[in-house]
Amino acid sequence: MTGYIYGEIETQAGSLPRVETRWNRHDRWGAIRTRWSVGRMRYRVAPGIYAVGDPDRNSMVFVTGNYKLSFDHLRRALNGINCWILVIDTKGINVWCAAGKGTFSTKEVVRRIRIHHLEQVVDHRKIILPQLSATGVAAHDVKKMTGFIVKYGPVLAKDINAYVNSGLKATSAMRTVTFPLVERLKLIPVDVFYGKYYILVVPLLFLLLSGLNPGGYSFDLILHTGGKSVVNLFSGYLAGCVIAPAILPWIPFRRFSIKGVIVGWFVALMLLLTGTMGITLTEKVSWFLIIGALSSFMAMNFTGSSTFTSLSGVQKEMKTALPVQIGMVSLGFIGWIITRFITI
Amino acid sequence: MNGFLYLTGVVTLELDSAKCKGCLMCMEVCPHAVFDVEHKKAVILHKDLCMECGACAKNCKEGAITVKSGVGCAAGIINGLIRGTEPTCDCNSGGNCC
Repeated sequence: MTGYIYGEIETQAGSLPRVETRWNRHDRWGAIRTRWSVGRMRYRVAPGIYAVGDPDRNSMVFVTGNYKLSFDHLRRALNGINCWILVIDTKGINVWCAAGKGTFSTKEVVRRIRIHHLEQVVDHRKIILPQLSATGVAAHDVKKMTGFIVKYGPVLAKDINAYVNSGLKATSAMRTVTFPLVERLKLIPVDVFYGKYYILVVPLLFLLLSGLNPGGYSFDLILHTGGKSVVNLFSGYLAGCVIAPAILPWIPFRRFSIKGVIVGWFVALMLLLTGTMGITLTEKVSWFLIIGALSSFMAMNFTGSSTFTSLSGVQKEMKTALPVQIGMVSLGFIGWIITRFITI
Repeated sequence: MNGFLYLTGVVTLELDSAKCKGCLMCMEVCPHAVFDVEHKKAVILHKDLCMECGACAKNCKEGAITVKSGVGCAAGIINGLIRGTEPTCDCNSGGNCC
């Protein structure tokens, strides 16, 4: 899996690996797999200093975390620039999250500069960090402890070329985080797997319970009522973690939980027309409650993927949303159980 | 960008302009262009756009900025509630995280 390294380069700090700036088959496949949560927590590169192109003692130094996808985006963006990459140990977590959690930190940057003897590799005293690492790194403290001046590069690796060409100046646009459709779509798979084994356990429970009826237990009902229940459950879940994130800015209201209810109920209306909601009013109302709550919760969960929600805001939202969601799902479940036995 | 405005009037970001020496590091690290410069000092321009990431406070040499920063993430807050800690992501237990 080290197909991105070719050859070595001799420095005063020993021989250092030289990396490709082009992605190969493994890199592309790895990027897809990790988005779908397959082996994401093990997708890492070894911390240390890497050479890009043919750098010398005056070449720039770019710092990044050891999540391989971060490293891959950086080296690809550095195509045509002779420079060094200092990879620090962020436990395989991406730059922004690592900075928020404290693994992309002042301490770790300082430690890596020392361990890998950066001062022996270059003569200058300047390192370029991704802007989003600023949450975890205090530039003035790194300077104080190592003598290296921290320059914050652009948010996105793809802007590095423009940043370098303008003499290490980032435009306001390069400094601002956006959340366009493509980015939201990339993050959807992570949230789809948020439910982990509950994604199987809960539908299974509904399948088993759907056999209940006034006369005892019917296996025919498992297929009939149970099958419909599974469709309803997945619809509510996916409404909140796929549809809501995709159309996020266009759904009215600021609270993600309300956006989720709106999408959930819209989906529930569609289901009502296709007849998966049952016959009685109680059952239909129960499904509206369950689907609405599921969708609301999953949409609220997307605050973790979004790039603009504040902790204070999410706490305020959850204080009311979480009890309402729990209430809705409980009522809905009770209502659904009742309709197994009574036709109202 | 109105579709990307979150709840207003809740952000804990504060700037003590008496302490500010105008290095404008906050403007450099802010991912949402919350700050502007006025009379060679930083000012908060769009407080409601702040996501409380804490980059500005961390990189303010003068300690002029305060913000209660943390993970603005429902799953992280639930994690915190369950464990009785501050909101936290679930990275050390080997689970998936952001």
